Formats: sequence, structure tokens, C-alpha cells
Amino acid sequence: MAAATNWTIPSVTQALTAKKISARELTREFYDRIERRNPELNAFLALCPERAYAQADRVDAMIASGAALPPLAGVPVAIKDVLAMRGVPTTCGSRILEGYRPPYDATAVERLETTGAILLGKTNCDEFAMGSSNENSAYGPVHNPVALDRVPGGSSGGSAAAVAAGLAVAALGTDTGGSVRQPGSFCGIPALLPSYGRISRYGLIAFASSLDRVAPFARNVRDIAAMLDVLAGRDARDSTSAAAPPPQSLAALDRPFRGLRIGIPAECFPAGMNAAVREKVEAGISQLERLGCTRVPVRLPHSDHAIAAYYIIATAEASSNLARYDGVRYGLRVPGATLVEMYQKTRGRGFGAEVKRRIVLGTYVLSSGYYDAYYLKAQKVRTLIARDFAEAFAQADLIVTPTSPVPAFKLGERADDPLSMYLADIYTVTGSLAGITGISVPCGETTDGLPIGMQIYAPAFTEDRLLQAAHAFEQARAASRTN
Amino acid sequence: MKISRDDVLKVAALAYLELTDAEVETYRRQLDSILTYVDKLNELDTSQIEPMAQTLDAAAGQGTPLRDDVVIPCDIKDQALAAAPDPAPPYFRVPKVIDR
Repeated sequence: MAAATNWTIPSVTQALTAKKISARELTREFYDRIERRNPELNAFLALCPERAYAQADRVDAMIASGAALPPLAGVPVAIKDVLAMRGVPTTCGSRILEGYRPPYDATAVERLETTGAILLGKTNCDEFAMGSSNENSAYGPVHNPVALDRVPGGSSGGSAAAVAAGLAVAALGTDTGGSVRQPGSFCGIPALLPSYGRISRYGLIAFASSLDRVAPFARNVRDIAAMLDVLAGRDARDSTSAAAPPPQSLAALDRPFRGLRIGIPAECFPAGMNAAVREKVEAGISQLERLGCTRVPVRLPHSDHAIAAYYIIATAEASSNLARYDGVRYGLRVPGATLVEMYQKTRGRGFGAEVKRRIVLGTYVLSSGYYDAYYLKAQKVRTLIARDFAEAFAQADLIVTPTSPVPAFKLGERADDPLSMYLADIYTVTGSLAGITGISVPCGETTDGLPIGMQIYAPAFTEDRLLQAAHAFEQARAASRTN
Repeated sequence: MKISRDDVLKVAALAYLELTDAEVETYRRQLDSILTYVDKLNELDTSQIEPMAQTLDAAAGQGTPLRDDVVIPCDIKDQALAAAPDPAPPYFRVPKVIDR
């Protein structure tokens, strides 16, 4: 039997169909690993063994009957705690939703389970997905499995850590401004930003609605493609899910990879950038060139304004979305003498520092007299950023940048300076604003062994080609490392 | 200084957020530095630029068609009320508002 850390979707399928292990035994193995590792990682906030074993038994019954297995049969998967799961605690990493158990499943959750996945539990995250280090969770930070004194990245830090530590074969995160790509890069695993509208968000508890995306992690690009194929598609319950033809990413991986034009934006490789990040991403670009790709210079001239535009738009939308936490319908209520006092106390004590900071900022930029100067201005700059990408993609099929300007930093190192934390999202927020697709793939390590991620962007709804390139890169890199 | 203590208090009132005195000062200081930073957007002339509220392009086949307007049973009243901190079926109970 393969070591648990090495399980992938095909190896699970193979082991189950060859009857080397049952789905129930596999589920037990993953819960054992979670029991051993989670105390030091804090990656999981809640487990749902009853539901997982019931699903495992359904999969075992299908195997016994000789029925054809669905694509994710028996695959243990973890779910970020911002996605609703019926009857399972769903907190968004916040005190204000402590004890909340949704009466329904998110569409993404439902699709995973319908295609045979075994859902192990809910993973830790920055409160309401607001953060880049996972230190904003009300339930304590997640520790990076590669280096326990370092952050796993955020906001989907628990899902990234769970997959990197072998506590799940794949996981769902969400990405609003980099929240799967950056933790993927910090933990050394691939993480996909699907096109805006690609995966239904029904049951995703909203942070910033024009930016939020459901987004998968896995141990390799092939498994990311398998997850995307299952998750993608129009959903009548989400009016923002797109009618674009669904991807067929798994099939695309095995087609011969032809050289593509890879755009390198000079703005993303400034003088004085982290030397290890530059070296490893450059090495990644060279690897792509050896696969037949051609390097072309492109420009993203408004990159320098992306953080400002992003933090205005995201906080404005958040301040509106988070108005629903009022102590009336679910979660925490702190009593008050009047209705308004009850609202104020509930929200004042239920939300953590970063969430309150963003509500104050978002309310400010939307308030009378400031709307045009901040919010409308940011939306216009968003148009410029989207145009930058449209023009760059006229010259290049893909665009390559670092995922993060730095590798995983130490817990507590940046917690007191929100602006410096925001600035670290420089490479990821641009693609979020433009609605395009992208992936972070591991491209090397620092001398201390900290993973570095390379980000590849592609036009919206071209995941098939993006994943084909990322898969070819991953295979070539693995081959060059064993030689 | 771009943002005053009174600005923070006014915004907190709009957002129904109770803040401690220490929080008001911390947020004032941090928002001041964030708002100073975002002023860099004014370097760009956007007078001829349309604002972008969302990114899907219907012309590129990425539209979001409306579903048919049909009634679908959705009887989750009891489950919804069960999640409330102070339910009084079939209502949610809140502090008295009449005398406010």
C-alpha cells in the first residue's frame, strides 16, 4: 500500500478497484493521520466521520456490485470552512458563526459527493477568508507542514496544509485575491484559480461577490484537472455561474503539448525582488522554454495600482455582504437593551480585528461623499487592469509571474501591519480583478527548503490549455529532478 | 491626516459595529495609512474609462442566463428557525423596537 502522503486520485481509484483497500479502510487511514497531525497543524476545525463513513460504505457497495465508479470514488477531500455542508459546523473561522450548522450543501460540496468523494471535514481559514497568513482565524492559526514555525498562507491555509501534509488527497479552498494560490505556493502544492463564474458559488458564504471563486488544491496538476472537471458548470442556483462550455481538462492533459507563447511582464520582476523567488521562477520559465514555449515580453502597466483598487472593491463588497450578521437568524447574539445595541454588540464582539478593519474601510469608501473618489475610481482602474491582460493575451497565450513576492514567513512576523500584509498580494489580485484563470505550481525551494510557487495566468475559460501547460511543466520538472 | 476619530465613529455607527476606544484609535491610524496608500489611484486619469462591476462577457459566450421563473418547493422554515439564537416559531425574536 502506498504511503498516505502519496495518495492521488488515480492511485485511490486503482487501489479500490484492485481491492487492495476498501473505501472504509482508506477513510479510517486518513482520520488516523488527522488525529496524529492536526494537533500541531490546526488545519481542521470540524470532522464529519459519520457522513464520511456512510459515503465510504456506498462506494464499497458499488465496488462489490461491480458498478462503474464515478470519477472521485473514495477520494478523501477536505472542505474550507466557508462552504456550507448540511449539518456540519460551518464557522468561516469566525466567532460570529460559532455553532452554526447549515441546513443545506453548497453546490461544489454536492458535486464532489455525487461523484464519489469522501468529505472528511472542514478546514481552518482566515476569518471570512480575509487574510494572507491564516492568522486571522478565531480558532487559532494553521501551521505550515513544511516548517511549523511558519504560516501556511491564507486565507485557505487549512486546506493547503491538509493536502500538503497528506491529511486529504484534495481540498476545496476559495480565492478572492490569492487565497488558494498563495497558500499553495507556501505549502508546495498546486492551486487553481478557476475563471470567475466557472464553479458555482451557491453555498459559498460571501466575502466579495465580484471576486470570490471556489478553487481546488491537490498534490498534482492531474488531480486539479479531475477536480475542476467535476466542479465546473452552470448552476441554476447561482446567477453568476457562467454558461460557458464546461472544461474537459483531464482529457486535455494527455494531448501532445505544443510550445506556447509565454508572456513575461517586466513589472512582475522588479529590481530588488526576493532573490530566491526570482531565481526559481526564472528557472521555471527556462523549463517551459525547454518544452518548446517561446518567451515574449509583455506589459501590465497598471499592476502597481492593483492592490489599491482591490482593497477598495473587496472591502466595499465585504462591508455589504457582512451586514447579514445581525444576531437574529444564526450564530452569535450578544444581548442589548435595544435592537440597534444588540446589533452593535453582536458585531463588535463576534467579528475579529481584520474583519472589523475591513468593514470600517469598506463602509467608509462607500459612504456619502467618498463613493466616487474611492469605490467608483477603483472600478475604473479595474477596467484598466482587465485591459492590460486583454492586450497582453493578444501577444501571449500564457503569462508567468511569481505567485508571492516572498516564501512562507514566520507566524506573528507581519500580524501588526495590515498594509504590508496587503502588499504581498501584488501578483495574485491582478488576475482576481480581471476575472481570468491562473494556477500556482511549485517551481523550487529556498536554501532552507521553503517552497516557491510560479503563477501561470491564462484568458478566462481556457483552463484546459492552462492545465495542459502546468501539467507538462510539472512532469518535466519531476523528470529533471530525478535525473 | 485623512481620517479622524469622528470619521471612524461615524462609519462604525453606519455599520452597526461597537468598537472599544482602543480599537477606534488603532483603526484610525491603520486606515489613515491605507487611505494614504490608495491615493495612488489618483495618478491615473480615468475620466474616459467605464467602471467595471463584474467580469463576465456575455458576448464571449460567458453569459449568465436567468433560470425559468418556476416555483420550487423550499420548505426549510423549521430548519432555518432552528439556527436562530432566539427563535419563537414561526418568528425570529428580537429586542423590543416599538419604544425606541
